[in-house]
Amino acid sequence: MYTSEFTYHKASSVSDALAQLASNPDAKLLAGGHSLIPTMKLRLASPSALIDVSSLPELRGIRTEGDTIIIGAMTTHRELEFSKVPLLSEVARLIGDPMVRNKGTIGGALAHADPSADYPAAILALNAKIKIQSSSGARVVTADEFFQGMFTTALAPGEMLVEIHVPASVKGAAYEKFAHPASRYAVAGVAVVVHSDGSLRAAVTGAGDHAMRLTKLESEGVSSACKGLVSASDLMGDHFASAEYRAHLVDVMASKALARAK
Amino acid sequence: MTEKFFGKAVKRVEDPRFITGAGNYTDDIVLHNMTYAAMVRSPYAHAKINSIDASAALALPGVLAVLTGKDLVAAGINPIPPGWLLPDLKISAHHAIQPDKVTHVGNIVAAVIAETRAIAEDAAALVDVDYEMLPAVALGSTALAEGAPQVHELAPGNVAFKWEIGDSAAVDAEFAHAFKTVEVKLRNQRLVPNAIEPRSSLADYKRAGDEYTLYTTSQNPHIHRVMLGAFIMGIPEHKLRIVSPDVGGGFGSKIFQYPEEVIVLFASKKLNRPVKWTATRSESFVSDAQGRDHETVAEMCVDADHKVLALRVKTIANLGAYLTTFAPAVPTYLYGTLMNGTYKWKAIHCHVTGTYTNTVGVDAYRGAGRPEATYVLERIMSRMALELGVDPLEFRRKNFIQPDEFPYQTPVALQYDSGNYEPAMDKAMAMLDYAGLRAKQAEGRKNGKYIGIGVSTYLEACGLAPSALVGSLGAQAGQWESALVRVSATGKVEVLTGSHSHGQGHETAFAQVVADELQIPMEDVSIVHGDTARLPHGWGTYGSRSAPVGLSAIKMASDKINDKAKKIAAHLLEASVDDIVHEDGKYQVKGVPEKSKSFFDIALMAHLAHNYPADLEPGLEATHFYDPKNFVYPFGTHLAVVEVDANTGHIQLIRYVCVDDCGPIINPLIVEGQVHGGVAQGMGQALLENTVYDDNGQLTSGSYLEYTMPRADNMVQLEIGHTVTPSPHNPLGVKGIGEAGTISSTAAIANAVIDALEPFGVKHLDMPYTPEKVWRAISASLPQAADD
Ligand SMILES: Cc1cc2nc3c(=O)[nH]c(=O)nc-3n(C[C@H](O)[C@H](O)[C@H](O)COP(=O)(O)OP(=O)(O)OC[C@H]3O[C@@H](n4cnc5c(N)ncnc54)[C@H](O)[C@@H]3O)c2cc1C
Repeated sequence: MYTSEFTYHKASSVSDALAQLASNPDAKLLAGGHSLIPTMKLRLASPSALIDVSSLPELRGIRTEGDTIIIGAMTTHRELEFSKVPLLSEVARLIGDPMVRNKGTIGGALAHADPSADYPAAILALNAKIKIQSSSGARVVTADEFFQGMFTTALAPGEMLVEIHVPASVKGAAYEKFAHPASRYAVAGVAVVVHSDGSLRAAVTGAGDHAMRLTKLESEGVSSACKGLVSASDLMGDHFASAEYRAHLVDVMASKALARAK
Repeated sequence: MTEKFFGKAVKRVEDPRFITGAGNYTDDIVLHNMTYAAMVRSPYAHAKINSIDASAALALPGVLAVLTGKDLVAAGINPIPPGWLLPDLKISAHHAIQPDKVTHVGNIVAAVIAETRAIAEDAAALVDVDYEMLPAVALGSTALAEGAPQVHELAPGNVAFKWEIGDSAAVDAEFAHAFKTVEVKLRNQRLVPNAIEPRSSLADYKRAGDEYTLYTTSQNPHIHRVMLGAFIMGIPEHKLRIVSPDVGGGFGSKIFQYPEEVIVLFASKKLNRPVKWTATRSESFVSDAQGRDHETVAEMCVDADHKVLALRVKTIANLGAYLTTFAPAVPTYLYGTLMNGTYKWKAIHCHVTGTYTNTVGVDAYRGAGRPEATYVLERIMSRMALELGVDPLEFRRKNFIQPDEFPYQTPVALQYDSGNYEPAMDKAMAMLDYAGLRAKQAEGRKNGKYIGIGVSTYLEACGLAPSALVGSLGAQAGQWESALVRVSATGKVEVLTGSHSHGQGHETAFAQVVADELQIPMEDVSIVHGDTARLPHGWGTYGSRSAPVGLSAIKMASDKINDKAKKIAAHLLEASVDDIVHEDGKYQVKGVPEKSKSFFDIALMAHLAHNYPADLEPGLEATHFYDPKNFVYPFGTHLAVVEVDANTGHIQLIRYVCVDDCGPIINPLIVEGQVHGGVAQGMGQALLENTVYDDNGQLTSGSYLEYTMPRADNMVQLEIGHTVTPSPHNPLGVKGIGEAGTISSTAAIANAVIDALEPFGVKHLDMPYTPEKVWRAISASLPQAADD
């Protein structure tokens, strides 16, 4: 289908975009458009205005400051795929196809917070921080604070995701994805990171209504095969994969990721 | 010697235009003053339409009309009839726009015509329909159950027809003294056809002349002309032109007469402007006729020598809400008659109940009935082999019809004219190293590596079909094909064929044959199809009929050209016609090569007629209508190898060997392409594709996020071989290959999966073999882990 009618504004700067956003509560930011535009075509979303921030230089690129890597929100999956950012380069490679990766951005993906998207597990396991800006200032939230539910994040109306901060080095990291054969989104995607202080963080995406930490794995530090990491009652189910099966897949994917991360 | 093209892997002449975006598809056509239609479709599977309020839609600037079912009925537009009748068939009225009641999600309740597509879509969302929801039913067996919701009043118990073939008493008699019997319960799941080009129709009514042109995505434009003209809209056929230009795949789904075609034609006359409609992919999911959807119980028995005795099949065929064009034929004459396969049965009986449900109509989908039959037969043969503890290939070999037994009369009507099954099987086994792989399989099982080998020694009947025969079985159409070969004054050749090409490569393969027959360069031949204003009446492309039927007509029309050319040459060379031979691209006096005329000379003189035989008509063109004497019977052996990941239940196809016998091969590249696509499609059914309706008749797999189409990484490099057994009754001996891959591969892969799961005690699972299903089957067989 065609989208409903909307106006299009190409933002000239972050402050321009934020001013536009403040003046029209019905407007939406446009990043790579690879989640937003399909939603608009199905008329599940009908914003009256789009503010295109995808090519703002302030929001693009990857730089290192001390022991932190700072990723601009509009950095594409493709750029991350070919970067040296721990874990995220591996995750980006598993997203969609080259066309999707050339257009889609990490900021758009995180803001969208699709329950089956790949980055969220990695972002949680990396203990990344998310920098958010609005016309009244900036704030930084932790990954744990950022993901709140299905398509719901810590972003408030009028706010924009501008940066993602991840540790520049980790001891080991891996992401294992069981992809839905049709959409190729994650049915269960498990990220495991061994941080430089030796601590282990793990998270899963796809199985529940939003990405979540695998606390049992983190606290017990399982040595080989994982079992019963999550309870089916906390997960989603559909005709392709029931909650019970997803719980099993979390164990299988976690075992694989753990073996590679260590 | 002139170059011979038959048998050469000539690259497809149509490809450059397709891969450079220069194709001419219906949606590419833009006419002056064109308007756009958008359909208002029912979100409910079953509901009464209380009222429709179009005022908000009509108020939108740019909206030209909102049509409802009542408008069409008032204008005398008839419902869309099925094109095949069976005794006691209960025919539901399928209106292009439903006036009172909807019976599936996607059923059209109104159509909006506007200046742009965007406006039409905006307005469609504003049409306010007051529905009164009714209980719905989606599964065939549920529809037959006591107290099920009634889809149509005229079909009590939701039974559209009951049909049978074979001798049930003879079957009972065999079962009574059988050595061993097995029973299988099979669900052949419903599939969505998913042609890459969505359906599209553009109607252009011209008041001058009161003439209609319909550009539409069709595999058979003349069938549309007959149905739309004579049966639905009352348009005299000579006032209705149907053009189906480049068509991006059909797989059967573009055979049928669809509501949107009626709507755009009606609207174009009403507005006196062209009207275009093109489906969104979401619409395709709820409006293109779907495929398969059988629930079957089958039983077979053997004697003590493991010779097959009898087969008993009972099938519930879910037809959806309406009988689409060939719906009654697919689960009956294209299914029950195929139950014999390549084996020597003493008796077969097949009974089919066609049911109405609140789902999209089900009709022919690549293979049309034959994949369903092959699935039943090849699954039960492998199951019997498993129960007998014998090798599934050797069990089949023992039961093959032998080469000296043709013509072979089956117990289910068909008479096979030719066949030679063992060489194909031997070749496939050698290509796979069957014995070696069985040993590896056994070894692997000890180490937790589970591979499975599956076989299908299929046969299919295609090349539809002797007209008198199909007429006696209920077809409301002939099944011959036409060809007109037209030579221009300069010796360029247009071949007008009733066969339609929408992926088959006719423009190449047909041109190869004509170039050979007329001994001219291939580039001097162009193949014209898909336009009722240019072609003689033709019946189109389906049932792998284009080579055996359409091309036979072309070959025979070409013969007529040569016959006439020889007469002209004889006159010019002052020789007797009997002394003229056609050699080296010339018509020459036998033994006197310097006395010859080129094709160009002949063509020119036929047009000038300056120096010409007195008793011969000028001009050089010939028409032939070819009605085949029988079906053709391709066959072969497919061997599939899969590996199961016991941890996740994921199945990966790891090898696929197919040896097909489609008779002499015109173009190996095209044949391989057809086999590749066919096998991928059959694999899709076995492993991936699932059309899921919930209990309310909502399609929950209606997008590519949910409906799994085959992708490159689901496939393997096919290992392809051939044997060649020509058809004895058509002039080139050719048989169809368009559907064979699909017909055979689903069963072969299904058998491979069950074979892989044998160590877990699994004897049957229904397709598709999605990971959770396989994982559950494996888990159920494992001893419960002791509590720690
Ligand atoms: C065919 C296909 C396959 C895909 N496969 C996968 C896959 O395997 N795994 C996966 O994880 N994803 C997949 N995706 C989704 C893809 O990664 C998207 O690119 C991503 O989800 C959204 O990023 P975007 O840049 O395209 O954002 P957009 O679609 O432009 O925006 C998404 C949402 O975020 C909002 N937004 C955008 N930028 C900001 C910002 N800076 N601050 C606040 N809000 C903002 C928008 O307003 C919108 O609501 C797939 C998409 C497609 C089309």
